[in-house]
Amino acid sequence: MTQLALVIDLNVCVGCSACVTSCKEWNTSGSAGPLCDENPYGLNPTGTFFNRVQTFEIGQYPHSETLHFPKSCLHCEDPPCVPVCPTGASYKRKEDGIVLVDYDKCIGCKYCTWACPYGAREFDEKAKVMKKCTLCVDRIYDESMAEADRKPSCVKACPTSARLFGDIHDPESEVSQAIREDGGYALMPEWGTHPANHYLPRRKTKLKIHQDELERADNPLKVDGQQPKPGKGESSMDDVSAW
Amino acid sequence: MSSSPLHDPFAPPVADAKTEIKKTTCYMCACRCGIRVHLRNGEVRYIDGNPDHPLNNGVICAKGSSGIMKQYSPARLTKPLRRKPGTERGAGDFEEISWEETFSILTERLGKIRATDPKKFALFTGRDQMQALTGMFARQFGTPNYAAHGGFCSVNMAAGMIYTIGGSFWEFGGPDLERSKLFIMIGTAEDHHSNPMKIALSKFKREGGRFISINPVRTGYSAIADEWVPIRPGTDGALMLALIHEIIALGLYDRDFLVRYTNSGQLVNLDAEHDEFGMFVRTEVPEEEGCYDPQNKLWWDRNTDKPVITHTEGADPFLLGEFKLPDGVAVKPAFQLLQDRVKDYTPEWAEGITGIPADTIKRLAHEMGITARDQKIELPIAWTDSWGKEHDTVTGNPVSFHAMRGLAAHSNGFQTIRALSILMTLLGTIDRPGGFRHKAPFPRPIPPCARTPNDPRAVQPNTPLDGMPLGWPADPDDLFVNADGTPVRLDKAFSWEYPLSVHGMMHNAITNAWRGDPYKIDTLLMFMANMAWNSSMNTSEVRKMLVDKEEDGTYKIPYIVVCDAFHSETTAFADLILPDTTYLERHDVMSMLDRPISEFDGPVDSVRIPVLPPTGECKPFQEVLIELGTRLKLPAFVTADGARKYKNYPDFIVNWETAPGSGIGFLSGWRGKGGEKSIKGEPNPNQWEMYAKNDCVHHHKLPRSYQFMRNWNKGYLEWSQRNGITRYSEPILIHLYSEVLQKFRLAAQGKSITRQPPKHLAKRIETYFDPLPFYYEPLEVQTSDKLKYPLSALTQRPMAMYHSWDSQNAWLRQIHAHNYLYVNSQTAKDAGIADGDWMWCESQWGKVRCMARYSESVEPGTVWTWNAIGKAAGAWNLEPNANESQQGFLLNHLISEELPAQHDGKRFSNSDPITGQAAWYDVRVRIYKAEEGEPEQTSPQFEPMKKYPGMKEHPSLLAYFGGGKKKGGAK
Repeated sequence: MTQLALVIDLNVCVGCSACVTSCKEWNTSGSAGPLCDENPYGLNPTGTFFNRVQTFEIGQYPHSETLHFPKSCLHCEDPPCVPVCPTGASYKRKEDGIVLVDYDKCIGCKYCTWACPYGAREFDEKAKVMKKCTLCVDRIYDESMAEADRKPSCVKACPTSARLFGDIHDPESEVSQAIREDGGYALMPEWGTHPANHYLPRRKTKLKIHQDELERADNPLKVDGQQPKPGKGESSMDDVSAW
Repeated sequence: MSSSPLHDPFAPPVADAKTEIKKTTCYMCACRCGIRVHLRNGEVRYIDGNPDHPLNNGVICAKGSSGIMKQYSPARLTKPLRRKPGTERGAGDFEEISWEETFSILTERLGKIRATDPKKFALFTGRDQMQALTGMFARQFGTPNYAAHGGFCSVNMAAGMIYTIGGSFWEFGGPDLERSKLFIMIGTAEDHHSNPMKIALSKFKREGGRFISINPVRTGYSAIADEWVPIRPGTDGALMLALIHEIIALGLYDRDFLVRYTNSGQLVNLDAEHDEFGMFVRTEVPEEEGCYDPQNKLWWDRNTDKPVITHTEGADPFLLGEFKLPDGVAVKPAFQLLQDRVKDYTPEWAEGITGIPADTIKRLAHEMGITARDQKIELPIAWTDSWGKEHDTVTGNPVSFHAMRGLAAHSNGFQTIRALSILMTLLGTIDRPGGFRHKAPFPRPIPPCARTPNDPRAVQPNTPLDGMPLGWPADPDDLFVNADGTPVRLDKAFSWEYPLSVHGMMHNAITNAWRGDPYKIDTLLMFMANMAWNSSMNTSEVRKMLVDKEEDGTYKIPYIVVCDAFHSETTAFADLILPDTTYLERHDVMSMLDRPISEFDGPVDSVRIPVLPPTGECKPFQEVLIELGTRLKLPAFVTADGARKYKNYPDFIVNWETAPGSGIGFLSGWRGKGGEKSIKGEPNPNQWEMYAKNDCVHHHKLPRSYQFMRNWNKGYLEWSQRNGITRYSEPILIHLYSEVLQKFRLAAQGKSITRQPPKHLAKRIETYFDPLPFYYEPLEVQTSDKLKYPLSALTQRPMAMYHSWDSQNAWLRQIHAHNYLYVNSQTAKDAGIADGDWMWCESQWGKVRCMARYSESVEPGTVWTWNAIGKAAGAWNLEPNANESQQGFLLNHLISEELPAQHDGKRFSNSDPITGQAAWYDVRVRIYKAEEGEPEQTSPQFEPMKKYPGMKEHPSLLAYFGGGKKKGGAK
């Protein structure tokens, strides 16, 4: 069974928000759109976004990290938003595991918002329905697009290619390999939701310097006579040892 | 529960839609990515990255993805507007006029100025990407008073590097992260050259490269650094010098590179009595015709223990030591002088200044030196150097750097960046794999050949300026000054006060015009520069200057024209507003004559082609200039008998040449009658069509043997000369030691045969024009009470906003609707300020009320905020109570455009004394909690801006759906 998902590499995400607005621009004019914005030019603008980047600071100065954390629907394998839906509007597609909302069935009761432990749902104040990430289901199968374009908008946009997309049930896929080899993890596994989306942690590259690397024989200072050999007058073991 | 879905997510959301994909170039920032604009029924439905574009390879950023909201923004100006007669400037009362009337007004006014005193017309532009055209217009008009925004942006980076290695970061060069192993990023704005940097950084990290960020603040790029090294603002020079100290002390420099490719081994005259003191000793080598930098200096050869001409076959110079020439003159190699210079710049010394532990500084130096030395790359690329030696391989020392305004925007930035360039040179990384790589048209000779006039007689009525408005002085005789040494230019660029101000000094133009120092002007035309807000230092006072009057009631700056696409704060101060188009509505060129988008492997230029018709009466500024130039009969725009030469801007771009028959024009692609030539060739009438067919971009890939070592690559330099990219093809030796600076110092010491500075400036020139880099405390810091103002204040650029541009953007403003002042948590606690509190931030110049945000990602002596999120109430057609003006704030109110007055009452610009770079980041502040009962609102506040005729109402609910009514779906 296919389970499509995003694997987000926090090791390279710089928090630029390309995924946030490329998602918005695709989806507002697409099958899930429009995605409304309230007070777009006034006080406290707020709109429907399927994907948001949060920024955290971890630790105390100077040993602090700044982490950019993109978050959208995790397309759980056992999505708690589905069984709570009284109209069956929340559903998980059998063929690819994408969790969708059927806007024609949704009555805007928001049960799914309460059930979702990740806060991934966005209520559309104009349409009065619940909306959320569709993994760009209206792109990924669209054969009128070039194959390279049949990806979620956020994946295509991401300048650091921090967003990998594929089938996590296929062990040979890029995403499965990344999860396996780079320490991919799911959010809040204790909830038993089995999120399909995964995150890859920060990986640090360090350089170990050995003392002898600082004292090489080919030191250019020698060429200019700035690293003289020890003077013959200086004390040596030769002075005291006879055998 | 569920049955089959009712809502079909696969059904086309608009039935029978007419769809179209058009390619052009983005302009949501200065990055210039290739984009595809997807239109549905004539409206923009989607903008994505063009996968076939060399700059962004299909990716796009948050700004680029939000272009729709810029195109349809209610902040757009749509009609030419005139300040209503009888109303006050700044009040924002405008009336609509026609373009014909607009052109008549301008032609009459500018025609009079041109016929009398052309310098009374000043043209200053923002980040416009068309400086080759705006500069040419100014030159044709005959005014010296032209500059773009570079002087208040990052000119120190351009000048510091170009005067040292013949190229610089960003458009003109950058880190080769594909081959690098260690990358050090220092003080970089995250909205610049952003997609290429993000693409490269991610690949670099994934391939196991080590990334170190040196920055007072840890945001965006720094967040993913393997190591963050916090540093106190303005002290980078001390760090660079200490790194150089350590690298020389341990012998971690690339000696072979220094010997052959830099002036390290050249002998410097040390006879203090000599006219040539501090200059390289020269021998009598007959100068070649048209030679820029004759190879007539000396080495002291180790093999023969004698002075020889540099690069003599078989010779190897001493880099260290002291020698006496046969005529008794004492000399030292430049490298020895550098070693002498950094002797006392120890890591321990730098620790006290930078706040970075000495052990960390040493380790950084060791990492750089050892990686450069022990992880060498040898590419099997044969090439020939300028001295005819054939090399089988290209060597790379894989350590690379990138830096921008964090180093540049300080009054000690030029020397800091010289030090950085020298550090990069010591490591042997210039135009080599894994190090710094040039991008065409660089490298150029040091300094590049363009010059301003050096005589006030270059400005004459009804005559083009006799020289470029901006150039690269090589010695004091190149300065643009009057006989008494006073500046010819309004902004005082290229004067003794700021001799190497190669990008001009826009940040002082308004203050100088208002004060009448050096003189008063008549008309100020500003294009795309928000000088009444975030682009000015001392914003509150500058706003007053713009409306200040003489005793007779006339304005001190008599006439102000603003061209902008949007309702910026500056438009309120205009007497005449010219509505510009957006990037989706016009032709543009990213030209080799300006700042192209070249890649490491060769020249690249690109174009914009309109994908939508202009909105309302909007007219591209390019068309305005061509029309105005034609009406004013500026020679470049009319035939010998005064008739119109170019139909419009596209026609101009195709047919204009630098000189008749030169074959060099704005675009380098598909030249020649049939488009068969690249770089140089006759005009091609179908050039635009060829660009349109080829992703709007022309990429001239050089042969591999021309892609590296270009300062000294015979093949490349000759190619470059043949194609008119550079005038000379001699090797461009790196200026470890700068004779250009020494020439100014000699002039200040009264020793030169060149012009000499006025007495009161001699000491200043002598001090700062040091031929070797040195560290000094930034000028404003020197004059600040550091006990009273213990903190540095900075701005950073958010990746999702470009300058002031994007608060009008309904999507982007939801990411940054207002800004906080980020304060190290401990620093804030010590000041009694809680997270989220209203607080004051105060400098010796002014204060702002703002909101505090605790941060662990900022060094304790620094406070910072996002740049240009704060807006004036009502500006950009936001509601007057929008977050941007009520909670957002501008740090500019705390920053002065001038330093405190000296003894004689005169004030220098708050700028680098060498380049005139605006010293934004030198300001010192103190912070304290706002009093109980103070309004929870930013201070200062200004009268809300009015809406102008022709601007849209903004909706209270936006439901954008590009190109038609949606069928089904949402209820």
